[in-house]
Amino acid sequence: MGYLEGKFEENVIVTSVDAVFNWARLSSIWPMTFGLACCAIEMMHTAACRFDLDRFGAGVFRPSPRQADLMIVAGTVTYKMAKRIELLYNQMPEPRWVIAMGSCAIGGGPYHTHGYHVVKGVDLYIPVDIFVPGCPPRPEALMAGLIELQQKIRQDRILRKKESSAA
Amino acid sequence: MEHLEIFNLLREKFGEDAILEHIVSGDEKDPRDPFILLKTDTLEDVCRFLRDDERTAFDMLHCLSGVEAPECFESVYHLFSFKHKHYVTLKVCASKSNPSVPSVASIWSAANWHERESYDLLGINYEGHPDLTRILLGDAWEGHPLRKDYKMPEHDRLKELGF
Repeated sequence: MGYLEGKFEENVIVTSVDAVFNWARLSSIWPMTFGLACCAIEMMHTAACRFDLDRFGAGVFRPSPRQADLMIVAGTVTYKMAKRIELLYNQMPEPRWVIAMGSCAIGGGPYHTHGYHVVKGVDLYIPVDIFVPGCPPRPEALMAGLIELQQKIRQDRILRKKESSAA
Repeated sequence: MEHLEIFNLLREKFGEDAILEHIVSGDEKDPRDPFILLKTDTLEDVCRFLRDDERTAFDMLHCLSGVEAPECFESVYHLFSFKHKHYVTLKVCASKSNPSVPSVASIWSAANWHERESYDLLGINYEGHPDLTRILLGDAWEGHPLRKDYKMPEHDRLKELGF
């Protein structure tokens, strides 16, 4: 920092583009208002005052997919609904992330064997970043999933080449 | 009117050939879930009579359900009268090979969606229904899932069908 030192006024921080962008992204993951079954009740619980998802900057539930960064698939995905979820996912602007919340969204859950109408995992239709197991998961589990997602976003590279493509 | 009185009234009006049986579960001390077994082809006339006659006046269809019994497909009708505050349960049987029951959608409009659901999940054909299409599953769905011989569909096959 020898050259830059003392060149600017106070309160100027020198950092990397990746760090700033990733910090901004992971600190304001706005989820979509979107619940399919009982997991949605836990999701609402997580967002409400007792657990307060806003502590992680993710409490701003958006009514439109065009304003959302995160899709929390909270509940049972039926074949009729899967098409709509795919459409909603495609309407979200990039960068976008998906959390599959609960057994049903992960792999069909209790409907895996005899639920003729239930999709055996939402990852058959859209890419999933974080799987949160439970039936339904407690709010703590969903928050742990969100923190895990923040860790994932922190490792994103925006200007630098990805390690795998550089090799 | 008591359930048995309604049965006797129907017997008087339509005869033994049309009104087959009055069946009650449980014992004499505690009779439960009585129902009247009808012949399929007189169902529409019986229903219209039950709705229009002053003594019965069944102005509401509480529920219409389809059931797969070992020998046949059953269609069950739970009726209620707001005027007399009494109930009756009717049941008809349709053959397994070609299940077909006359529609009562023209008598109680509530039957419209219930019959579509029963058709969708059990494949009972309600003759005379104004729009007998699937109501819960997608239009391209194959088979009727609540039948005992139904096989679980493969994911790839459902994708082929456009789900």
